[in-house]
Amino acid sequence: MRARVLIRPKAGILDPQGQAVERALPALGFSGVANVHVGRLVELDVQDSTQLEAMCERLLANPLVEDYEIIESA
Amino acid sequence: MKFGVIRFPGTCDDTDAQLAAQRVGDAEILWHRDRDLKGVDAVVIPGGFSYGDYLRTGAIARFAPVMESVTEFAHAGGLVLGICNGFQILCEAGLLPGALLVNDNLRFVFRQVTLEVADRDTPFTRNCPPTLQIPVKHTSGRYYSPEPVQVVLRYAPGQNPNGSQDDIAGIINNAGNVFGLMPHPEHAVDALTGSTDGLTIFESIRAAVAERVPVA
Repeated sequence: MRARVLIRPKAGILDPQGQAVERALPALGFSGVANVHVGRLVELDVQDSTQLEAMCERLLANPLVEDYEIIESA
Repeated sequence: MKFGVIRFPGTCDDTDAQLAAQRVGDAEILWHRDRDLKGVDAVVIPGGFSYGDYLRTGAIARFAPVMESVTEFAHAGGLVLGICNGFQILCEAGLLPGALLVNDNLRFVFRQVTLEVADRDTPFTRNCPPTLQIPVKHTSGRYYSPEPVQVVLRYAPGQNPNGSQDDIAGIINNAGNVFGLMPHPEHAVDALTGSTDGLTIFESIRAAVAERVPVA
């Protein structure tokens, strides 16, 4: 099974990368942009998708400072 | 006494850490795939970019075989000093609370900073003066913890280089034997490079080890 894990900074934790992108877009003429956050995408093939959550908790994300979202596809 | 300095692929401050430790005792390099700590009295996890800092700083290094031994050593009361990437690894390994995030200014910072020693009653700071001049050099040094922590070092007012919570530069675990800091004491041991204040941390460890019952 193919899976995608989206990892993003937890709400309330300063995300300077998101802020930098948010400032850069208007400088290029793109207006009306807000709440930009920059995270990571991990794509992987797994035989047992029930292990994905444990993988996220133990390695792929740092649950103290990051939220993760598992998206499974066929 | 003997220090053990761990070398991961991507570690770059191991030689400076070894040379600094050798000013107060013996010091040998411990390879990341080796579980044998070779009877050292204290472990130093030095700075650098272990495993290329892939995924997150310190995230991969904490699974190295040597870290199993370091964890046992720490749980038995052995002294562990984590510098910069070493601090990040200790947080990822759960030996210290919290996490180190990308600097708020998104820049690599490299400068001499003044540190206030908030706690001089630790095995790592007992010989330290009230303030230290030590360099920082990092991109991910913004300390964050949702829980209160035992602060040992703070950046002096106005000198916080990374947006660290409460100006935290170094913390210790509740048991008082695992210490992590972002500044680099091993780079401040020779007057030629501007300060010898870093040496007081290595001297503190030597003094603490001399008083302790050896860790099995």
